[in-house]
Amino acid sequence: MTQRSLLLIMARDFASRLATAVFLVDPDGTLVYFNEAAERVLGQPFVEGRSVPAREWSTAFSPEDEHGEPVPLAALPLGVALTERTASHGAIRIVGADGVSRSIEVTAFPLFAHAEECVGAVAIFWENAGH
Amino acid sequence: MRVRVWGARGSIASPGPDTVRYGGNTSCVEVEGADGTIVILDAGTGIRPLGVRLRDEPRGPIHLMLTHLHVDHLEGLGIFAPIWSADTELHVWGPSSPVSSLEQRVSRYFSPPLFPVHLADVPATVTLHDAPEGSWEVGGLTVTSAPILHVGPTVGYRIEEGGRAMAYVTDHEPAIGADLETAAEEWISGHELAFGVDLLIHDSQYTDEEYPDHIGWGHSSVSHVATFAERAKVERLWLFHHDPMHTDADVDRMVRQVRDRWEVGEERCVGAAEGLEIEV
Repeated sequence: MTQRSLLLIMARDFASRLATAVFLVDPDGTLVYFNEAAERVLGQPFVEGRSVPAREWSTAFSPEDEHGEPVPLAALPLGVALTERTASHGAIRIVGADGVSRSIEVTAFPLFAHAEECVGAVAIFWENAGH
Repeated sequence: MRVRVWGARGSIASPGPDTVRYGGNTSCVEVEGADGTIVILDAGTGIRPLGVRLRDEPRGPIHLMLTHLHVDHLEGLGIFAPIWSADTELHVWGPSSPVSSLEQRVSRYFSPPLFPVHLADVPATVTLHDAPEGSWEVGGLTVTSAPILHVGPTVGYRIEEGGRAMAYVTDHEPAIGADLETAAEEWISGHELAFGVDLLIHDSQYTDEEYPDHIGWGHSSVSHVATFAERAKVERLWLFHHDPMHTDADVDRMVRQVRDRWEVGEERCVGAAEGLEIEV
């Protein structure tokens, strides 16, 4: 089994201690971890060892913009962080695996171990109050 | 390959009657390939007597692999006799930082006011290389380096030859990043480096009682190293980087605790001591 990047190991450990929702992907965009706070927002538990490709997680929660239009992967903050290697922020509505629609704010940024070495990306998100 | 310990102490050299069996010199291990290739792991004070031997018996390029630049792993470089000979070709490998090369980082130590001479002024031909995350050939040895959990940029090394392997994973606190008992192997720092090796040399600075007061200092407890060795399925383990406050009797007790927890005997687990040598 291939060793995870040390930065991802540390990011996962950091995320596991946060009460803020964190979603962690590898350089290919494959989901490798989300924490307990994210489980509440996404309405489902994290399953250890199940790598979820970007095309799957980016549609699984039916992300929509403020006009109710679907948001493709490339326009999601995490998609921007992955493809453009830059920080990104956005507000979207998702439907959790528990069937609950939630308005969330998402901030995503790439993880660089060195200037040219991106080892993944992280999204931090929270549910908007009053929605 | 032949592996020999020249210094197994952590943090600071600790000579004296209480440390005479395991030794007081800081980190330095020599690996000699079948073709005579010399790889030195870290440049603690243990490198001084090794340097005397290599000065008296020169044998081609010397490769020094630094795990990181804490002083106990670098302080011997200035008293490593071969660097004071113009006939020496020394290659130094080690971790860069996210913003500085290894050469820039080593030069900070190897210059006034911390050292009287600039690295650029030593007579030997010294070439510094940022250790790649991957494998490369050094003579007949295949060396692999990968980042490991410690304080600051730090790597571990795996050296292979003829189907045999040893790993040098000192200054390592895998427990800070994962529950070693339950985490999937891919999430355990250093696991891939150490997996299945014939010999693992691993940090074991703290007792289980001492560790809670040192979380985040970048070192392992006896329980951590026992669990790590078991999960990495290593054949043999040498406990390394002994705390400077630990006497020989303390290290003896820690060795016994690791054996009990890992459920192995003396043939598979000992404390690294100066002069300890094995053919891997």
